[in-house]
Amino acid sequence: MYKRFGKNDCIFIGFLALFCVLVCVWVYKGGAVTGSFVTVTVDGKEVGTYSLLEEQTITIGEGEHVNIIEIKGGKAYMISASCPDQLCVNQNEICYDKQSIICLPNKVVVTVTSDNESDVDIIIR
Amino acid sequence: MKKKTAYLGVMLALALICSYVEVLIPIPIGIPGIKLGLANIVIVFALYSMGIKEALVLSIMRVTISGFMFGNVIAIAYSLAGGLLSLLVMYLLKKTDKLSCISISIAGGIFHNIGQMIIATILVDNYYVLYYVPVLMIAGFITGACIGVVAQEVFLRIGKQMRVR
Repeated sequence: MYKRFGKNDCIFIGFLALFCVLVCVWVYKGGAVTGSFVTVTVDGKEVGTYSLLEEQTITIGEGEHVNIIEIKGGKAYMISASCPDQLCVNQNEICYDKQSIICLPNKVVVTVTSDNESDVDIIIR
Repeated sequence: MKKKTAYLGVMLALALICSYVEVLIPIPIGIPGIKLGLANIVIVFALYSMGIKEALVLSIMRVTISGFMFGNVIAIAYSLAGGLLSLLVMYLLKKTDKLSCISISIAGGIFHNIGQMIIATILVDNYYVLYYVPVLMIAGFITGACIGVVAQEVFLRIGKQMRVR
């Protein structure tokens, strides 16, 4: 008789869950820190750094591959993109250090960076 | 042999329909790359009822055809990397013959997303992509569990009829 769920499964799933939690802790350790800049890279090359404090609209790329980033109220949004899936436009706004918006088809990565670790607020989520 | 070919065709059609249905279901969490992976029900079912070779063929055909129909070449690369890695992991775990379909599917779901992250890291050339890994792993865990439950129930009901050699 085929067993639907056994003791081995409990152990195995427990280990997998533990593994997931450990990866979470490892990646997100140190809590979330609000950043003060966004760095934009295209295909791995840095194209610019913009302050999160100024309200501005940034256009990345030209011709067929265009991404428009808006910075408003200390947060960055991708407001429009030429990519077919529009996943980057649907992503949430970013403001914490090392958060990023990634547009894979256009290879655009927008990452929040902070200049000085010592004088930023620590936010515990 | 003829029967098997017919079954493979039916399963491929089913997997493609699942991919299509999935495009219609929006998941509003603002994180890219999270999908239910309904088509993987068919892949897991094929792995159980028919075998690794058939599941591999189905997986590759499914990804390629659905990629051309609903996505683009980049989407194919992602899905293929995820699909092949998860299938490999599921096959190795299934060979141990100690785990149920649900656990194997959960492992498959997690490794599907890990495979995609590996390709993303290579293509985008930015290690910040790795910040999505935990989110995607948890998503893979949940969707894998759902897929596993469904695939297991289907296999227990009609798996025997599909055992044709």
